[in-house]
This record gives sequence, C-alpha cells and structure tokens, in this order.
Amino acid sequence: MPELTANGIAIDDTFAEAFDMRATAIVITAPTERWATQAATTMTGFATSVIACGCEAATESVLSPQQTPDGQPGVRVLMFAVSTAELQRQLQNRVGQCVLTSPGSACYAGLDSGDDKLKLGDAIRFFGDGWQIAKRLGARRYWRVPVMDGEFVCESTTYLTKKAVGGGNLIIMGKTGEKTLAATEAAVEAMGKVADVITPFPGGIARSGSKVGSKYKGASASTNDLYCPTLKGAVDSALSPEIASVLEIVIDGLTSEAVANAMRAGLAAIIELGPARGALRVGAGNYGGKLGRHHYHLKDLLP
Amino acid sequence: MSALAFSLREAPDQRLDLSPLIAQNLAGKTAAEIERIELQTTRIRVAVGDVFRVQEGDPDTIVIEGGAERFDRAGMGMASGSIRVEGEVGVEAGRLMSGGQLTVRGNAGPFAGSGMKSGTLNIEGDAGERLGGPLSGETVGMSGGVLHVRGDAGARAGDRLRRGFILIEGRAGAYAGSRMIAGTLAIGGEAGDLPGYLMGRGSILLGRGATLFSPSFGDCGEHDLVAARLLANYIARTSAKLATLFRRPLRRLAGDLAALGKGEILLPHP
Repeated sequence: MPELTANGIAIDDTFAEAFDMRATAIVITAPTERWATQAATTMTGFATSVIACGCEAATESVLSPQQTPDGQPGVRVLMFAVSTAELQRQLQNRVGQCVLTSPGSACYAGLDSGDDKLKLGDAIRFFGDGWQIAKRLGARRYWRVPVMDGEFVCESTTYLTKKAVGGGNLIIMGKTGEKTLAATEAAVEAMGKVADVITPFPGGIARSGSKVGSKYKGASASTNDLYCPTLKGAVDSALSPEIASVLEIVIDGLTSEAVANAMRAGLAAIIELGPARGALRVGAGNYGGKLGRHHYHLKDLLP
Repeated sequence: MSALAFSLREAPDQRLDLSPLIAQNLAGKTAAEIERIELQTTRIRVAVGDVFRVQEGDPDTIVIEGGAERFDRAGMGMASGSIRVEGEVGVEAGRLMSGGQLTVRGNAGPFAGSGMKSGTLNIEGDAGERLGGPLSGETVGMSGGVLHVRGDAGARAGDRLRRGFILIEGRAGAYAGSRMIAGTLAIGGEAGDLPGYLMGRGSILLGRGATLFSPSFGDCGEHDLVAARLLANYIARTSAKLATLFRRPLRRLAGDLAALGKGEILLPHP
C-alpha cells in the first residue's frame, strides 16, 4: 500500500469508512461531579458496539455547574444506534436503570434541536406511580419523580439527529504493545477535546478490531486476522515484520465534520508523539467504500 | 419606525374598552382611521380621537401615554408586539392575550391577565383581585405565559391557574392560587389566608409565608429540590429579587388534600 510519512510515522494511503447513524445526547447532573460521572459511566457500560450492545454510548464532556440547567456538576453523554426505535429503547432502559437509580441524579436533553424527538422523562415518569409532577418552564418540560433521596428531575424529551456518523476509525500499529498503547492513548486524549464525538470502546480503544462475517454460522463479525500480529506468518497479513501490536480507535460523531475533526486531532497527537515513543504506522478500516457513504482519507486529515 | 403613540388628552367621562388598540387591529390603518375607533362602554359615543392624540407609528410597538383607572381591557387579546401603558389601567388588562408583551407602568384593576395563554404581562404597580383568573362561568384561568406584578396583588390571585407563571413580588390577598389546576404562582411577600385553597396540582412558592395555612395541606418536610433550582433560574429571567427567595432548601406542603392533593406549597425556612 502506498504510504505517506509524517514525523517518521508511516501513514497508509487509505480511508476510514463510516456509516449514517441515529444519535441523541443527554446531560446528567448530580450534587458532585463524582456522582454525575458515576451515573454516566453506569449508563454507558456495555455500549461499545451496536453489533451486540444495541447502541454505542460514552461520555462526551464534563460540564461545569455554569454549563448545566440546574447549576450542578454534570456530564454530556452521546448515544448512537442504527434506528430510531432502537435508540429510544436503549435510552429509556439505560436512563431508567442507570441514571434514575443513581443518587442525586437529574437528567436533561443534551441537544437543543434535531430531526425528531425521543422520550426521556416521558418514558421514565411512570415510575412515579401517579406522584410524578410535570413542570413546564418556557419551552421545556420537566418531570419530577419522587424517589427515596428526594426527586428525580428529568426533562420530558430530548432530540435525535439523523445526521450522525458511526465508525470513523484509526488503526494504530507499533513495535511494542507499550508504545502502541501510548500512541493510541495520546490520540484518544486529543479526540476527547473535540466536541460532539465519542470513542465508545474501553478507554476509547478497541484491541479486537473485527471483520465482517465469520467461518462460524451465527457470528456476524470475527477477528480481523489480517491485522493480528500473531498471524503475520499464517495469513496474507497487512502487517510488516516490525509491527507487534495493533490497536483501533472507533469514533462516533453527531456530524461527519465532528468525526473528521476527531480523526484529525488523533492523527496529530500520534504524529507529535513520534515513532520512538509511539506508533510506527497508522491505517484505517474500510470495506472498499461499498458499505458506508462517509470516507475519511488519512492523507486529507494530516496536520 | 417610531412607536404608535396615544397621548391622553383628558381623563375619560366613562369606562373605556381599550381592547381594539392592539397590533392585529391597527395594522394598515391611518391615524385618522384609528381616531375613529369607538371605545365607549355606555350609550355615549367616545372615539379614540376624543380621548387621545394619535401619533402614527409601528402598531407592533404601541405606547399609551397616560393611564386611567377607567381604561379597561388594555391589551386584551393581543397576539404579538408590545404595548406600554404609562399609568394605571382598569379591569381585565391583558385578558386572553396570546403573545407579545404588555407593560403597565402603574396599578391594574381586577382580572388582569385573565385567561391569558401566552406572552408576558408586566404590572409595575399593584394588581387587583383575581389576577389571571377566569371570569364567571369560565372553568380555566391563565393557561400560559408570564404574569409579573412588582407590587401587591388582591385576593384569589392565580385562581384556576392552568399553566404558566404568576410572579408577585409583593404581598397577595386571601386564597392565592385557589382552585389551581397546575402552573406556578410565586409570591415574594406574605400571602393572605388559605393559599392554595382547593388546588389540585401546581406549585405555590411563598417567600414569606401566609397569614393562615389550610389544615388540609400535609407537611412533607424541608428539601433541597433540584426542581426548585430550575424554578428559581426561570423566575430569575423576570425577577431576580423573587428568585433569590427560593434558592435555598424549601419546606414542602402537599395539598390541597381536600381536593386532588397533587399540588404543593413551597416556602423557605423562616
């Protein structure tokens, strides 16, 4: 594969292929940042991939008390799914089981506009068993649901966008596991500063990149053997002999532009770290351009 | 374009119905046509030109320079634009308004904001009885918008309030929030006897309590409610002074348990 080089790091002349998704955002607040983060972490657990989790979700940003509707510390969570119905189901179940239950929590819409609305408090209010109270403040409507530590306040609806993109990615390849991880961590940290994106895998990183299909019936995805360093000698590997570890960052964004911005920030961080402490090569995953309509060419995203 | 201005020539001899003087009625009319609009409430004809000097201008910005206790129904039914009355008004100011902003730089009579659906009504003086309330035979009072009184309000403020905010910075008379269906009524000063009388739902915030509470409200204790912060933030857009009273733990009284009982009175610890 023809390669470019930046600061001694080989950049594959390839592209990440990404897909249209439905997405929403919510803001979770609590008396302390620790408990706002806890509710968000619990809600976004087991939300790494739509393949088996139903949705992809993660904390997008931590909000100061000045940035939240109720003046408490908060976090903004983004959630992505392949359909509006699945997004609604996941939102309702996860807020109901993980945010409603978290001490002191409150929950608000994280998008001010969009293509449609999703039920938020409108789906949770029934927990109040008739004691729930609706309160309309201007254009916004909130539910107050009595719970054992006081009240769970939850905005009635949030918006969804149909312009979201899922599956932006970078494949980071290095000489050792330690260096590859260092480069990938640097990229995830840089992406964390980009608005409207999440990296839903553990700590933002996937070590088990997958290909479509499997030799086994019933498995829709299986290990990406071309990028497994321990199979270098056994398959038509995509890896050169010096590569011993490969990690992937998957990026979901509320817009295509946000995904591109995140990939640009990640690439810049990897290149800045350099090959001595980080990666030797960066690539991206695609399906030949036939499945997803969003293509992010690495050469266009270089700093 | 400057405001469409009505300057009072002299105090009227009879009560006048100012409800025709709203943007949707005056758009496209010349000053002469406006001066011919009749305002009388008796058999004696009184036209705009008899009472006011009219200065042509943008009907979306109306200024009535000089008020009178006999000016009834100012801004009634307005849907957009702004009306400012430099003085007091009579009954039913802003009744049934569905948008825009009505400002009364003086006192307002009974039924101000009666049945208003949206928009903002500011009364810089005192308001009479049944602020926002329904007229006889009507089942619902104010159903949206913000009604702000800088001074005191009379009895039964917020009677049958359905939705929206009534914000009274001063005191209120007896039976504030009587028969409330929902919505929010906030009173900065002391309320009269029996606030929330027979209320079904909704919130009454009392900055300085009431002269007498109904025994049919149940004390739910003192709480630091997230909902109260949201309410205070929203109230602060109109009245920072009023909002300050509710930025603290509030005692919650649930009621009226003699009616549906899903409403509440919230009051700061004395």
